[in-house]
Amino acid sequence: MTSTQTIFAPLFIAATALFIWSCWKRLSLTALGRPDNRLDNIGQRIGDTLSYAFAQKRVLAKPSGLIHVAIFWCFLVLMVANTEFILHGLFPAVSFTKLPDGIFMPLMQMIDVVSLITLLAVTAAAIRRLVAPPYPEARTFEAFFILFLIATLMMANFGVNAAKISRMQGSMLEMAKNIMPVSSLFAPYVPPGMGRLVHDLSWWTHALVLLLFMNLLPLSKHFHIITAIPNVFLRRREHPPLPEREEFNAGNSFGISQVDGYTWKELLDSFSCTECGRCQNVCPADQTRKPLNPRGVIAQLKHNLMANGPQLKQGKAATTPLIGEGEASISEEAIWSCTTCGACLQACPVFIEQMPKLIPLRRHLVEMESRFPEELLNLFENMEGRSNPWGIAPTERGKWATQLGERPYEPGKSEYLFYVGCAGSFDARAKQITVATALLLDKAGVSWGMLGKDEKCCGDSLRRLGNEYVFDKLAKENVALFKERGIKKVIVQCPHCLTTLKNDYKQYGIELEVIHHSQLLLYLVQDGRLKLPKQADLGKLVYHDSCYLGRHNGIYDEPREALALATGAEPLEMPRNREDGFCCGAGGGRMWMEEFTGDRINLVRAAEALEQQPDTICTACPYCLTMLDDGMKDLKAEKVQVKDIAEIMAEAVLR
Amino acid sequence: MLIVACIKQVPDTTQVKIDPVTNTLVREGIPFIMNPYDTHAMEAALQLKDQFGCRVAVLSMGPPNAEATLRKALSAGVDRAILLSDRVFGGADTLATSKVLAAAIAKLNAEVEPVGLVICGKQTIDGDTAQVGPGIAVRLGYQQLTLVDKVEELDLVNKKLVVSRKLEGRHERVQAPLPAMLTVVRELNRPRYPTVPMRLAAATAEVEVWDNGVLQLDPQTIGLKGSPTWVSKIFSPERDKGEIVGDGYADPEGTVDLLLGKLMEKDLLPL
Repeated sequence: MTSTQTIFAPLFIAATALFIWSCWKRLSLTALGRPDNRLDNIGQRIGDTLSYAFAQKRVLAKPSGLIHVAIFWCFLVLMVANTEFILHGLFPAVSFTKLPDGIFMPLMQMIDVVSLITLLAVTAAAIRRLVAPPYPEARTFEAFFILFLIATLMMANFGVNAAKISRMQGSMLEMAKNIMPVSSLFAPYVPPGMGRLVHDLSWWTHALVLLLFMNLLPLSKHFHIITAIPNVFLRRREHPPLPEREEFNAGNSFGISQVDGYTWKELLDSFSCTECGRCQNVCPADQTRKPLNPRGVIAQLKHNLMANGPQLKQGKAATTPLIGEGEASISEEAIWSCTTCGACLQACPVFIEQMPKLIPLRRHLVEMESRFPEELLNLFENMEGRSNPWGIAPTERGKWATQLGERPYEPGKSEYLFYVGCAGSFDARAKQITVATALLLDKAGVSWGMLGKDEKCCGDSLRRLGNEYVFDKLAKENVALFKERGIKKVIVQCPHCLTTLKNDYKQYGIELEVIHHSQLLLYLVQDGRLKLPKQADLGKLVYHDSCYLGRHNGIYDEPREALALATGAEPLEMPRNREDGFCCGAGGGRMWMEEFTGDRINLVRAAEALEQQPDTICTACPYCLTMLDDGMKDLKAEKVQVKDIAEIMAEAVLR
Repeated sequence: MLIVACIKQVPDTTQVKIDPVTNTLVREGIPFIMNPYDTHAMEAALQLKDQFGCRVAVLSMGPPNAEATLRKALSAGVDRAILLSDRVFGGADTLATSKVLAAAIAKLNAEVEPVGLVICGKQTIDGDTAQVGPGIAVRLGYQQLTLVDKVEELDLVNKKLVVSRKLEGRHERVQAPLPAMLTVVRELNRPRYPTVPMRLAAATAEVEVWDNGVLQLDPQTIGLKGSPTWVSKIFSPERDKGEIVGDGYADPEGTVDLLLGKLMEKDLLPL
């Protein structure tokens, strides 16, 4: 046994044991979570893992992602090198030199070059973090220290090799220069006669830093090196993510108030966060200086789990509150700041689900504690009592059609139900969209009917706000009515109605074919059922993506194509468009709440639209329309019209 | 000490329709709610319960279907919900109604627990008389404090309270001994939103029904027979002036022109 072995072997065993213990201490906490089957569709999961974990598709969405991809792939190669390094340290007989030349030589060349690439990549990463950090708080000691450790590992590796090369001569030296081109550049700097010392120093530096690095992983954001790939494999496959249904039986509790209320996968999310900050950089709340930071929520969840884990394992109640102030709790203001726009979900390279973790917290506050922003009291009561947000008498619902003549949905006769929605039925401005849509449907000869006073709110805002109890009542009533009238095909003009009827109601046993008016209008033009005698002249037109139409339901192209046909030109795009579209501020029930903190989200978006110097802003959602219209007024840009896509189509078809 | 909140189930509409033949409210197709002022009365009682640990009972006189409103009260956290329901109570005016409610309160006071406070909404949105609360106070000999917008002090030891009354253009701070009857205005508080567990518990909790067998009142003094008030005619006042000009939604510009034309015709615009 060599002296190296006698010291390294026990060190290695101790470090490995500590590493496994640290990992176990954290990962075993996920067993506290509720069950959730994430092993369906194995084939697709493997495919997702290849494209998102190994090919790093989402990481590459930003240019800086290239640095990460380089480090990731270099790590895979260096894993092989380090395995040999450790095994060789433990059992000197194990060595790459035992491999046949045909494998040994290219392998050594690759490791040598990859080490250089890694060194360059971590240097680039450090510079980038220093000069242009992903977010200001990203310049942590931990982040730089880890990069420093990786660089040290690379330098130590070169040191070991250079020391060896410095003691070589003749053909051995030639071969070494050939298979370790980078290391051999350092060989001349090894002082004569010091080869052995430099080798041993470098070797021990490498060995100790490697063991330190390994043990820092579970303690830091670099735990993602271990958890990110499984996290991608275990991702939620349903899109959009739907909140779970609740069973309203006496004795049940509702929502989540303690960390073990989440599923094991949601807890695993907390250990998979890389703290890259991409979620916060797209979050409308964070970007307008509200106290919600999706990255922070995930970190708070992790800290809460770590703080309460030991008690929870013993079956005791948590002592650190999940909802509250402090680094291990999620604040109520953060919980209420979310617009559920889904941008964080779209941005996360490892499929952490930030937004869906907030809804159960809202449920707890509303359903168990009756604690919520004051403005919501009227909303909740109006929804429950009169099934619309404003509390207008339900008998008024069909009044928008007074001049057209009410057109009741007739089972067996009407092809489509035109589900108008609350805004389209009651809001003065949105009623104009309803009328425009109805006129276009008539013009195209579409067979449609409405529910009039029998229509009820779809319940979108209630569900996103955590009032599942009242949502559940509305959903059951709506689904029963749809079934009773034999309704299968539905036209909607509101993306919130769209997603609720199409996706949420599936949980209530009804599969409706729901089409958004922006889609249907396009198809009607394409089929020649709507003729465009003239093009709508609305000047420069910019299109704003509704989050629930776009990110939640993938409808990006149809509205744009419809606009191109109606106006004769492709709509202008804002810098943040399609998947990267920025919320108007009204989603997730925020439509009904005051915005007291930071900048107003609608003004930020309105200003972004105005940068394109448009004459018209086109929306495809009544909430977006209200928010942007208010934005134009506040920014003294009332000359810019905010119009719904149906109104623009009507200009081309009907005028 | 028991606090009694009196609540009424009323039709949920601001557009009350009146049957021109019978001169009564048309109730078909209109959902019922708890009278909005009464929700504040109940909340006041519940806040005092939270603060002083008193017990709260709600009373309502009405038809059997008023049970739904009493269940809402149970979901808000009251201890007892009692529906005073009997055919002989029907058709009551405010006098007869206050007799029945007062009798029920007297019974609670005598048989269950001394009543310290009776709290009512300032009026109902269907009758708008504001007479029942004071009627109860008179019948029970309680102090009456109407239009309360703040309960400033409640002293259970010395049996007195101090309230603020919201009058036209001013406030009045009044001290009174207990027991007392308060009628309250909306500014008093923000009614609580029931939690789901409370709603689920309320769904199976007992709503007690007391008929005249329980109260033993003389049928000649209650209900229609005991009501000296006879409604001779109810009607919506006709609007005698003004007209709705055009349709602002369908044709905003045309409507503005039309409106301007009319205003200029009547010489109402300084030109």
